[in-house]
Amino acid sequence: MKPAPFAYLRPATLEDALAALAGQQGAKVLAGGQSLVPLLSMRLAAPSTLVDINALPDLGHVTVTGDGDGAGDGVRIGALARHAEVLASAEAAASQPLLAMALSHVAHPTIRNRGTTVGSLVHADAAAEMPMVLRLLEGSVDVASVRGRRTIPAAELFAGPLESTLAHDEIAVEAFFPALAPGAGVAFQEIARRHGDYALVGVAAHVETEGGEVTRARVGFVSVSDVPVVVDVTGAAQDPEGDPAGAALAELEPADDIHATSAYRAHLVKVLTPRVLADAVHHARQRSAQGKSA
Amino acid sequence: MTTKLFGTKVPRVEDQRFLRGQGRYVDDLLTDDPRLLHAAVLRSPHAHARIVDIDVSDVLDLDGVVAVWTWEDLTGPMAEPLPLLIPHPTLTHGRTQYALAREEVNYVGEAIAFVVAVDRYVAEDAVARIRVDYEYLEPVVGIDAARAAERTVHDDVPDNVGARMEQENGDARAAIAAAPHTLTLELDIERSACTPMEGRGTVARWDPDTSRLTVWSSTQTSTGVRGCVAAKLGLDLARVDVITPDVGGGFGVKVVHPWPEELLVPLAAKTLGRPVKYTEDRREHFISSAHERAQQHHVEVGFDDEGRVLGLNVEFWHDHGAYTPYGLIVPIITSTQLLGPYKPQNYRVVFESLYTNTVIVTPYRGAGRPQGCFVMERTMDAIAAYLGKDRTEVRSTNFIQPDEFPYEHGLIFQDGRELTYDSGDYPASLAKLKELVGWDEFEEFRAEMAAQGRRVGIGLACYVEGTGVGPYEGAHVHIETSGKVKVATGLTTQGQGHQTAFAQIVADTLGVRFEDVEVTTGDTRKMPYAVGTFASRAAVMSGSAIHLAALRAKEKALRIAAEALEASEEDLEIADGVVSVKGTDASIDLGTVAVLSNPLRYAFDEASKAATQFSVGDPGKPPVAEDDEPGLEGKDFYSPPRSTFANGMHAVIVETDPDTAEIRILKYAVVHDCGHLINPMIVEGQIHGGVAQGVGGALYERMAYDESGQLLNASFMDFLMPYVTEVPTSIDIDHLETPSPLNPLGIKGAGEAGVIPSAAVFAAAIEDAEGFPITAMPISPSELFELRLAHADDTTEATTRSTP
Ligand SMILES: Cc1cc2nc3c(=O)[nH]c(=O)nc-3n(C[C@H](O)[C@H](O)[C@H](O)COP(=O)(O)OP(=O)(O)OC[C@H]3O[C@@H](n4cnc5c(N)ncnc54)[C@H](O)[C@@H]3O)c2cc1C
Repeated sequence: MKPAPFAYLRPATLEDALAALAGQQGAKVLAGGQSLVPLLSMRLAAPSTLVDINALPDLGHVTVTGDGDGAGDGVRIGALARHAEVLASAEAAASQPLLAMALSHVAHPTIRNRGTTVGSLVHADAAAEMPMVLRLLEGSVDVASVRGRRTIPAAELFAGPLESTLAHDEIAVEAFFPALAPGAGVAFQEIARRHGDYALVGVAAHVETEGGEVTRARVGFVSVSDVPVVVDVTGAAQDPEGDPAGAALAELEPADDIHATSAYRAHLVKVLTPRVLADAVHHARQRSAQGKSA
Repeated sequence: MTTKLFGTKVPRVEDQRFLRGQGRYVDDLLTDDPRLLHAAVLRSPHAHARIVDIDVSDVLDLDGVVAVWTWEDLTGPMAEPLPLLIPHPTLTHGRTQYALAREEVNYVGEAIAFVVAVDRYVAEDAVARIRVDYEYLEPVVGIDAARAAERTVHDDVPDNVGARMEQENGDARAAIAAAPHTLTLELDIERSACTPMEGRGTVARWDPDTSRLTVWSSTQTSTGVRGCVAAKLGLDLARVDVITPDVGGGFGVKVVHPWPEELLVPLAAKTLGRPVKYTEDRREHFISSAHERAQQHHVEVGFDDEGRVLGLNVEFWHDHGAYTPYGLIVPIITSTQLLGPYKPQNYRVVFESLYTNTVIVTPYRGAGRPQGCFVMERTMDAIAAYLGKDRTEVRSTNFIQPDEFPYEHGLIFQDGRELTYDSGDYPASLAKLKELVGWDEFEEFRAEMAAQGRRVGIGLACYVEGTGVGPYEGAHVHIETSGKVKVATGLTTQGQGHQTAFAQIVADTLGVRFEDVEVTTGDTRKMPYAVGTFASRAAVMSGSAIHLAALRAKEKALRIAAEALEASEEDLEIADGVVSVKGTDASIDLGTVAVLSNPLRYAFDEASKAATQFSVGDPGKPPVAEDDEPGLEGKDFYSPPRSTFANGMHAVIVETDPDTAEIRILKYAVVHDCGHLINPMIVEGQIHGGVAQGVGGALYERMAYDESGQLLNASFMDFLMPYVTEVPTSIDIDHLETPSPLNPLGIKGAGEAGVIPSAAVFAAAIEDAEGFPITAMPISPSELFELRLAHADDTTEATTRSTP
């Protein structure tokens, strides 16, 4: 379990890092290393060069913009902000409560202390919580390369299993998670084999309400398809007889693995979907009530 | 003997080092030696293949590679198969692998080539450059495939059967035929493994100046490794020292020896004249060390209206993997220890031990007992369910009674001796367990929970564990002139707290201060006669030997002190390292007694002057009497007539989520009887660890082999060893002490106890919660969910019932 030989660079500026990546087809970015280093050790990945971005300046931020009313309001997370730092930010949790709800399910404290939230997004694991959360919240990722900068909306970020749409020479510099609008609510639940493991099934809900009535309801799923999936279940959620889980399952592909059968995963989707929807609606109504009394 | 420390919770002396990260394991050794070389192993990617050709031509070109071995390069005994450690007459088709595969590989992970390089990175790069041509053969994976025998693992082993063994006491089949009630059960247990924190590891150094080989190995038997290394390398035993430093857990896997690397590392060190280190990595541990547990059982039982077992007939199939280096120990233990605390009037057991193209199967903590316990306890629960009786009542009916000891089962145990239980009080243990877990109040609790929409169940399981198997252990106790006591015993330590427990025994027996006792284990230079640490034997075997050796040292100390103090031996007592004449202030330090015990010509310090030739001795007699020796030492061995049988009972209350099928542990209770407790804290620690490991085995862990023999979960990402968050936050423990009559301290083993009843007790509790039979373990939420579906469709019971 020792990596194959590779060159190692630890540039001090973003420009140098981008140049290094551009010059090497086989180069890879190293952020927290919590996903990449195990792959290297098992020789499942053998990059020619590792471009360690941990010495780059100004990428460790967790910044909240606006008070949640405006379109550009939300949480901006730099490429070097660790899961633990995002989880600990009270401002981030106030702006977008789903971040902390989901992050508490990401791995264990020691891994959250090193692993970066942006790294998790571009690693694009359909079993990971944050890629799905970014999709559900309709956030985005800013990436840079020697060719310039661009913003990739969440809906366009995930290409396939463990595959993002970043070019090999691009560095994700910042992720943006929109603030939770007034009258909206979120919830997250997951079932894992052991505490902190990747989920067998994880489900998050985002609902918008007006006067206590649901106007939009979307549900995101972890570990029930190859890429993070978000399903709009507004109709089913508005109908007291509706079956939002059934609606969602039509768009999911729960698979068998050594930990769970596809039938069990589908069953968990049925159990968890109504629960998180109910929680999210409750959350939205609570927030509306607080908003009014404030 | 003043029993000051025996029986008290003396804090473990080893924890200071371990908790501060100051433990020294094999991988920590020789790290500063610039000449140290590192080894890596090419392992088979196929479960079954013929090796057509191995091409190593690209390997030596690589900078930093020093040498590479394949089977072709081995000579003499090294080129022969590894030893079959424990032969048995019924093991008619025993097979062992070669240190490096010759012509054929039989499991994914089997060693094929051994590369030595300047560091492990280069060694692994080199391994990747070896090209092997394989002719792929269809593998045999799992017990069903082995039984079907459409293909065989070894060409010369028909039907994949390594051994078939049968034992019977009475006439079980006739008794079942005549019994008022009968039941048939089909039961399954899957594979798991020891997975110690530290994997295997070996370092060796050849000293050309003295022609001596020093081997450090993470093993449970240094003397065993020493014997194998000397034999395979053709060295005199006296030229080989094997030292076992700190070991990060063994749980059975490290009693197997010699591992290929345990021979190849010394061979390389001697050949290359440089020290060599091999440290197994986690993936290697999963695919090339040992597994255990997988068995299928077919049970027929006949019983009366009270639930008394009149006849029990068990047939089972044991998956022993690709080779049988450890003989039939695991299935023999299953077949005999299955009986637990019960006395079926007639018992027949027959097993087949089968080859599969998977990792070898050798003892893992519990060593065949968890399977036996699962089978017997499932049977007891099935009888209770059938008769509509309380499960504890059926057990009570079948218990061996306290006045029936020694109890002879009429079978032969794993050590080749009669299966005879020495002591126990099973009714008393059960009474304690019922109290501890709240057995009689459970229906009330169940109703309370049901009112909240929650589903709970309770289960119990009883076991008896043969511990302290022979043949022997020895000890050497040496009182130095400083008064410090140095103790050596040959078996090894993997974190059990031997330093503490053994020092407690010495401090009490000898009358010295605990702090003055230092214990060395697993070093063949200090104690070349030893067996090893396994089968819950260290306290019984070495503990007894140490006690006996300390008594000898004490005897001598009293004799010399009596002379020096001009008193009679009976009037002397030893406390805190001082011998004194009772009721007077005449006294002498043990250190001074040690000085006097060794007549000297030269005074090397102030104290030693007292022992020089013009100071001591009767000039008319030899300075050392004819039947005496210099020095204040005691050496003795303990070799029991047979094993001592500890026992215990576990109960668990679980909650099964009606929606998600998740399984939660609400309460776990243990009543444990290992005779006299040397250190209750250490025993409880062993139970805690065992229960945690048992939770893993029952609810999380399994070896997920696919049909082609690839292990799909060869990492801790997918092999689900429980985290601290998955084990019960508290375990209620109560002890019963029925001393063993077989050893001077009245003790029995405790090392494996905690893990034995896990599969049985969880199956019982989940069955109780769900209302349908649980016949296969481990069980995951996904499997429980699938069982619910199956039983919703089909409400008939899985156990077939019949009355003649
Ligand atoms: C035991 C364990 C359990 C875990 N459990 C979970 C879990 O339950 N849920 C979960 O979501 N995650 C889990 N993880 C993964 C963890 O969250 C990782 O930290 C995360 O997936 C990747 O972040 P990283 O900073 O460590 O990235 P790295 O490992 O450094 O990189 C991962 C990949 O992303 C690329 N990359 C990283 N940052 C950038 C960037 N800024 N720009 C371009 N490319 C980049 C790398 O090149 C690499 O390909 C677990 C990890 C471990 C070891």
